Amino acid sequence: MSDTKSARPACRSMLYMPGNNPSMLQHVVAFGADSVLLDLEDAVSEREKDAARCLVRHFVKDVDFGKIIVTVRVNGADTPYFERDLKEIIPSRPAAVRVPKCHSPEDVTLADRLISEIERANDIPLGSVKIHAMIETAHGIEHAYDIAVSSPRLEALTLGGQDLTADLGVQKTRGGVEFLYARGRIVMAAKAAGLAAFDTVWTDLNDMEGLKNEATLAVQIGFTGKAAIHPSQVDIIHEAYRPDRKELRRAFRIVYAAEAAEREGKGVIAVDGRMVDGPIVTRAFNLINLARLYGIEKEDDLA
Amino acid sequence: MKMIKNSLGRLVPDEIPGVGKFEPYVSPFAYLDRKLTSPAKSAYPIHPQPPRRDKVTSDIRQAIERSGLEDGMTISFHHHLRGGDAVIPLILRALSDMGFKGLTLAPSSLPDSHDFVADYMRSGLVTRLFSSGARGEVGRAISNGEIEIPVVLRSHGGRARAIEQGDISIDVAFLGAPACDKWGNMTGSAGRSACGSMGYAQLDARHARHVIAVTDNLMDYPLRPRISIPQYLVDQVLLADSIGDPAKIATGAVKISRNPVDLKTARNAFDLLDASGLMVNGCSFQVGAGGASLAVAAYVKDYMKENKIKGSFGLGGMSGYMVEMLEEGYFEAMLDVQSFDKSVTDSMTRNPNHIEIDASCYANPFNKGCVAHNLDMVILAALDIDTDFNVNVQTGHDGVLRGAIGGHPDTAAGAKLAVIVAPSFRGGVPTIKERVMTVCTPGETVDAFVTERGICINPRREDLRRRARDAGLPVKDIRELKAEVEALTGVPDDPEVDESRVVAVVENRDGTLLDSVYKVV
Repeated sequence: MSDTKSARPACRSMLYMPGNNPSMLQHVVAFGADSVLLDLEDAVSEREKDAARCLVRHFVKDVDFGKIIVTVRVNGADTPYFERDLKEIIPSRPAAVRVPKCHSPEDVTLADRLISEIERANDIPLGSVKIHAMIETAHGIEHAYDIAVSSPRLEALTLGGQDLTADLGVQKTRGGVEFLYARGRIVMAAKAAGLAAFDTVWTDLNDMEGLKNEATLAVQIGFTGKAAIHPSQVDIIHEAYRPDRKELRRAFRIVYAAEAAEREGKGVIAVDGRMVDGPIVTRAFNLINLARLYGIEKEDDLA
Repeated sequence: MKMIKNSLGRLVPDEIPGVGKFEPYVSPFAYLDRKLTSPAKSAYPIHPQPPRRDKVTSDIRQAIERSGLEDGMTISFHHHLRGGDAVIPLILRALSDMGFKGLTLAPSSLPDSHDFVADYMRSGLVTRLFSSGARGEVGRAISNGEIEIPVVLRSHGGRARAIEQGDISIDVAFLGAPACDKWGNMTGSAGRSACGSMGYAQLDARHARHVIAVTDNLMDYPLRPRISIPQYLVDQVLLADSIGDPAKIATGAVKISRNPVDLKTARNAFDLLDASGLMVNGCSFQVGAGGASLAVAAYVKDYMKENKIKGSFGLGGMSGYMVEMLEEGYFEAMLDVQSFDKSVTDSMTRNPNHIEIDASCYANPFNKGCVAHNLDMVILAALDIDTDFNVNVQTGHDGVLRGAIGGHPDTAAGAKLAVIVAPSFRGGVPTIKERVMTVCTPGETVDAFVTERGICINPRREDLRRRARDAGLPVKDIRELKAEVEALTGVPDDPEVDESRVVAVVENRDGTLLDSVYKVV
């Protein structure tokens, strides 16, 4: 298979870990998540904020995470911790910071400005640390697209379900009917802006069936990944993202055809007698990238 | 004491003064080449009794006097009453009060809670200890060099062999009996101090010169519906106020760990079992009750359910979870040498397929065929392991005795697939060592070491490594994983020991010596 760099690396799962819990953090690479979300916000009590920030800063800087994408959820701009979090975390160069409570584009541009200053001050190439904007209010949902296009530093929109239920004044249901609109809106805005979209967490650790259903829904709607609050959730989320064999076979054929077309200098690609255009080829590349995470490297592995 | 190097490169004594001569360890089944065919040296003694002899007494001194016990003799106990055991303290106190000296204490193991035994070792009541392990104050006293004669540590199968071969010659066995009738029929499945299987006690009852049942629950004769140790092996029945604390004998059902590191380890171990191809109809399985081990059983159960597989037997220390698997039809039978939790204790009375087996049947390599040798898969824990896959379950990071060998080396040697599970580091200390402090289970009998960070397969099992690789499992070279963990933890120094002072030896199942334990400095 030729170069598939053009497609985004698959990030199906983002595992939250409390930033103040060294005994958990040290095991982070063991749980098989594509990405880890070191949390300085809700998982950390007020009195532990400084300790967590310090721990995460060193941890991100010094530990070998292998292939795992490292992100840090900082405290919101409405807290006294926001600027210090950025100031101390950005120099450790996580892949991204997750900025909570993005109500409007200004929340993102503020973070962008601060991060740029810190990057400049620390000789870090501008734009190295991405932003994942967490949308968790009705206002934020309604401004999802404006938020999505507010900064080139943005890499993803993420849904914050727990705060959103509070803002909406509704209860979390097992089927998630209360989030149907919010999920659709976030996925649409993210995709329209060329960003990734991450679904909220499933909070009931004893209900793995519920998690499975919700993860399947997230995949069907178009979320590129889903957050997990416990390592035991990671495998279930990954299973939901496992590519359909039939679809994958077709993706291999599309990619082979695309490669052949490129070699032969043809502009038009046909697979199974039908014309295939650019977005479909990109999707095929994405699907094959995803399949690699399940140990499928080539069409023969599907046998 | 002359020290010789065994095949693992470990120095072991050729003789322990006051105990006897020893051979160095050669290989797991080297004993087969020695073609041992001699009859067992130990069998229960001929001891004709008149009809209707009264066996019952509540006078502990009288019972001891009648047993013929003398200074320097060997006494035994079982450890089925675990942390709740009140028999060992009761008897040792009486023996101490009566002025006994220089006894050999040869229990099947010593419960965690029995720190007082150290005092009796210091006082000279007990001068030699043969056990499966030594923990707490007893472990510290031995490791500090306070006990003159080195302790001999044996596996459950090794102890059974030693008893049957006469290396351990029990003069008086004091056997706690949760239910007993006046002629000495005993069982562990009933009574307020019920403990389930009495597999270790059965062996002692068969071979001790004098057997005293110690009970707080004298039942109507004949004991029914179940007899674990029959009356013809029992000399006396000693009535005691209490043989134990029920809350500490049969603890609540052992729960499956929710620790994510344990669960990930268990998942990896299960995936390896799956890849091994051994999880098929008629398979057999043993798993401990701790940490990651029981979680493996849960994955196995789900797999058997999904794939409609029925196993032949589960073995070993029996937890409620394994009994549940029996009751739900995932195994044909459970062979139980020792029961771990409350939900197990009366299962044998209810279910004829829950079968009590004795220690020799469980794991003795020198009888005509022990169950451990029929085992397909076993999941075992470890304190640490080295790059040769030698496992230590006995000495802690400080070099002090703190564990018990149990059936570890027996099942590792017998099973087709022996998997060691442990976190890759604990409390900042890496589990993989260049060289373990104390070899309890030789690496030659270990097939794989599984942690939350990956699966290390013994190079002796290239076939298994290929299967695991083909299944896409996270296989890592054990040195590679060692380096990965050490990048995080650093490399701790080995504890300082005085190699001129052996405080204990670890005996292999066949009676040869695997390793020496030294005095800590």
